[in-house]
Amino acid sequence: MIKLLRQNKTALISGAVILVVIILSTLAPLLSKYSETSQDLAHRLMAPGNGHLFGTDELGRDVLTRILYGTRVSLFIALLPTALAVVVGTFAGVCSALFNGVIDFAIMRFADVMLSIPGMLLSMVVLYTFGGSLSSVVIALILIEWGGIARVVRTRALEIYQKEYIEAAIITGAGQGRIIFFHIIPNLIPTLIVLFTLNIPSSILAESTLSFLGIGIQPPQVSLGLMTGYSRQYLFQMPWLSLAPSGMVMLLVLSFNFLGDAIRDILDPKRRQL
Amino acid sequence: MKELPKRLLGIIIVMILVIALIFVMLRIIPGDPASVLLNEHVSQANIDRLTKSMGLDKSLPEQFFGYLGGVLRGDLGQSYYMQQPVSSLILQAFPYTIRLTLLSIVFAWTMGIVSGIFSAMYNDHFPDYLFRGTALLGISVPVFMVALFLQYLFYYRLSLLPLVYDGSIVSMILPAIALGWNSAGSVARLMRSSLMDELDANYMDTARAKGLIYKKAVIFHAFKNAILPVITMMALQLAEMLSGAVITESVFSIPGLGKLALTALQTRDMPLLQGTVLFTAFLIAVGGILADFINTLLNPRLRLG
Repeated sequence: MIKLLRQNKTALISGAVILVVIILSTLAPLLSKYSETSQDLAHRLMAPGNGHLFGTDELGRDVLTRILYGTRVSLFIALLPTALAVVVGTFAGVCSALFNGVIDFAIMRFADVMLSIPGMLLSMVVLYTFGGSLSSVVIALILIEWGGIARVVRTRALEIYQKEYIEAAIITGAGQGRIIFFHIIPNLIPTLIVLFTLNIPSSILAESTLSFLGIGIQPPQVSLGLMTGYSRQYLFQMPWLSLAPSGMVMLLVLSFNFLGDAIRDILDPKRRQL
Repeated sequence: MKELPKRLLGIIIVMILVIALIFVMLRIIPGDPASVLLNEHVSQANIDRLTKSMGLDKSLPEQFFGYLGGVLRGDLGQSYYMQQPVSSLILQAFPYTIRLTLLSIVFAWTMGIVSGIFSAMYNDHFPDYLFRGTALLGISVPVFMVALFLQYLFYYRLSLLPLVYDGSIVSMILPAIALGWNSAGSVARLMRSSLMDELDANYMDTARAKGLIYKKAVIFHAFKNAILPVITMMALQLAEMLSGAVITESVFSIPGLGKLALTALQTRDMPLLQGTVLFTAFLIAVGGILADFINTLLNPRLRLG
């Protein structure tokens, strides 16, 4: 798979962009002489230049530094809630496939219910209950994403269950646990990788959108969406203030979309034509 | 549509479960809602009175079945903040959202279908790369970025269109583009892949063999089949658009459902948030049936089965 990825030009480029962004945002404290929260009211709303590559915001904070710190939040959101949603979705999907009957029905109806509420409004319900914060956004994203994952995993697990090697395993006396952990889950892994990468862009977009509206991550924490939301009032005089953080969101989502497409093409040869 | 009664029953079950889920999720909040609404200087007696008038002194199952009964009668409760029935607030907001959504669907479909067809016909040539790149950019841009960019360009730079919604249809153009942008990207991608599958089909060789021009064959034969999955996606897109409407309506000040839900969250207006979420879930369920219905009309294979 690594070899195929290396042959794929878009995967290579998008992977490199993601790697550079990860390194830059991890090294943010070393790279920047400014802190993401220190205010400098004498130098507020400065145009790019003069030691501030992207200028300063309404409280005199260095915009570039804040973008690097905001990117850390976006990357965290890209990886953790998505990974947890894959874990929950896999568990639910495999259970649903193995125990047909009441458990299958209950899990799938629950997934239907989750999927019949628009993601944005479902997360607003979560934010009403838990208040706006990073952890509430994580909970909201898991709730939005697990249902879709569970459905795909269930279908795939049922397909695997029909395979001859499962039959062979049952004949040789393998127990339920052995079949799940040694036969079904390993064969699910390509599907899970695809589901994981395909869900990353929507996680990043959802977080930045909620924070843009002021109901997601709250200050003093930094988030790219939150920065754009605050810079909106200076849109006409200082467009770069909104453009820079939202452009970073776009770059991240675009790279992950390219990478996700490439990985799906490699792991799913039937759809390689796509 | 022999399955219609079965589908309707399924939707009713899912809707009841949606109500139960939202009901529980909104009520696991720490502290009692009445004291959150009032400030700390209010006496306990007043808090008790509000709790009672909101029906929060009853047990949870009692509240739930009371609410469920209300929903059946079209009564979604009273908004705490705006002091009006939730159902009438929703009905006031609904026309704005439906207008916005329809306009952006028109935009997304025109853009998406046309560029998807070009992409598939010029597979692996320059137009294909161009349209594929644009489509991927389309699904990667945050809705708020498109909205701000449009405001900057068309209002500030070109002074062509109004900044926010002012009641005219012209001021609905920018919000519709902002909301439809992501969907245009996904329609284009689906249209391309679905059309490419059809272009490989045997009937295309037949059409070419009997002397039909390639472009005509694409439009009259392949397109008709390729559009079906795109229509199926419509229901899914409706959910996406109602999500996006929250941002678009707030950036362009449109008094629609998304704005209503956001106001409900910001003013901690539980009945209003509950009602809006329920109503959008209902809209999506109806959209799903509609998409199935259109598909059965267009696809004879489904009608027989």
